[in-house]
Amino acid sequence: MIEVSEIYKYYNEEPAVKGISFSITENGVYGFLGPNGAGKSTTMNIITGCLAASSGSVKIDGHDIFEEPEKAKAGIGYLPEQPPLYMDMTPYEYLKFVAEARGVKKAELKDKISYAMDVTGITPIKDRLIKNLSKGYKQRVGIAQTMLGNPGIIILDEPTVGLDPKQITEIRELVRNLGKNHIVLFSSHILSEVQTISDHIIIIARGQLIADSRVHDLDSILKKEPIIKLRLKGEGKLCMEMLNAAADPENIRIISEEDGISNIEISTETPEKTAEQLFFACADKRIPIIEMTLVKPTLEEAFLELTERRDTYTDDSSAQENAIKLAGTNGGKAG
Amino acid sequence: MIQILKKELSFYFKGMFGWFFGAVLLAFAGVYTVILNCSMGYANYEYTVNNMSFMFLIIIPILTMRSVSEERKQRTDQLLYSLPVSMWDVVIGKYLAMLITLLVPTLIMCIYPLFLMKYGTVSYTTALYNIAAFYMLGAALIAAGLFISTLTENQAIAAGGSFALFLVTYFGKNLTDHIPGTAAASLAALIAAAVVIAAVLFIFTKNIYAAGIFICVCVCVLELLYRHSKKLFEGLFASIIGNISVFERFYVFARGVFDFKSIVYFVSVIIFFLYLSLQSLEKRRWS
Repeated sequence: MIEVSEIYKYYNEEPAVKGISFSITENGVYGFLGPNGAGKSTTMNIITGCLAASSGSVKIDGHDIFEEPEKAKAGIGYLPEQPPLYMDMTPYEYLKFVAEARGVKKAELKDKISYAMDVTGITPIKDRLIKNLSKGYKQRVGIAQTMLGNPGIIILDEPTVGLDPKQITEIRELVRNLGKNHIVLFSSHILSEVQTISDHIIIIARGQLIADSRVHDLDSILKKEPIIKLRLKGEGKLCMEMLNAAADPENIRIISEEDGISNIEISTETPEKTAEQLFFACADKRIPIIEMTLVKPTLEEAFLELTERRDTYTDDSSAQENAIKLAGTNGGKAG
Repeated sequence: MIQILKKELSFYFKGMFGWFFGAVLLAFAGVYTVILNCSMGYANYEYTVNNMSFMFLIIIPILTMRSVSEERKQRTDQLLYSLPVSMWDVVIGKYLAMLITLLVPTLIMCIYPLFLMKYGTVSYTTALYNIAAFYMLGAALIAAGLFISTLTENQAIAAGGSFALFLVTYFGKNLTDHIPGTAAASLAALIAAAVVIAAVLFIFTKNIYAAGIFICVCVCVLELLYRHSKKLFEGLFASIIGNISVFERFYVFARGVFDFKSIVYFVSVIIFFLYLSLQSLEKRRWS
């Protein structure tokens, strides 16, 4: 179980993480999503005890990561963005070192290492030097070490970065399988990847938590109304008067106005109906429609819009309050 | 700690490094023995050991340079931080591995005076405790080198830093001979030393206030003491350098004296630098 409460991290007085809180109680794959520089790695480093938080606390299975580091760390397997591998060792030697450091009993050592190697598919290359392995295999060795000592929590920081498409597919499959018996928290800045692998999603941007929900609910979180783009021949003021009758005035924006042509955007939940109303309203007022386009934003665009919109928050408490929460969903809860 | 020790020993002795290190040390031990004991006919093996201490200026930085720097460069330090082992385990494990790497050739060196005893009147006991002091000197220098290795991820800088520190320690007494023994000269040298320490403090802590307060306190205390008793300062700087130099402490053994105070001093230096190494590793968590 991971309990992160109100963690802050400052680098030279610049905040990198601002009051992130969440808890994870059930096994599954949890996607930690955010654009580059959002604070994902910093948060993961704090959770694993590699980095100290400026304030706040992290508890692993009830043990505070800084007050009882050894007990807390025994429950975590961590793969940083760059796999921490000793290049002059073979995968077997490396896994043996990690297993011993994690307190695996001598009698169980071989079995545990064999199991980790089998699950990650590195048994055939166990006696080759790590420096001679491909990036994909190195990543697998890195993931194998997270499984040793049977930690309840596995944390993977961007495990698919730099891999070719085949390797990405294999690693994703591996992460999905690990989620059956562990809490797997993995970070990514790619929305589609998180959607593909995760059961649950935690979104952060500029060091703030902005969403925490089941992946099935992602569409509703990132839901963005379609936009009707209009080019009308007429003055902006005149066009607005006419459009206010056809659509909600709050959803209408004049983008530009030049040479008697107004560019207008109207967001709407019912694009077909609104378009029809706009058409007849323009016809009534004899305002020629030069162009009318319906734009449906993709999930990626909606995600970008969401993370950028949240960037504008400056007050930490307001950001936390505005975090999109779908509480009681699949073990993960925003704080 | 055992796991870290095993991993480090595996690096030293499964590869070439540990064997090469031992071979170099033993080769020079052989050369010095042949020159001093066989050619020049000295029946004192302590002279050989005494002269060999110069070798530490070069081989200890090579031994210690990778210990932590390499972990930082390869980002394997993140593994160590995330494993359920304490930073003390890491520091002690790495330190003990280097001690064992030095111990292997040092034990073989103990055989050399046995050969010499066949051809002359060599005191084996004196030779042995000189070799022990030689090992303690190496242990103190390894602790200092380990600390310097925690400060950078560049092995060359770690080796260069250790070499510079050892060089100053090695030639410190000779250098102080060129400083006038007057009270004013000692005061000036001590203030200069305080400025250097404050600069180092600032580099590591990035805290200008701590460095500023340190230098102010040092200057004030020195000035007050100087006004109170000028006589106290006569030859003081040279005396301090002579007392803190681990090499000067080691030379006492070559005079045929088993100096227990020096052993305590070596142990103190080891503990001091291991503690600094620990703090340096812990500090990275907060930076």
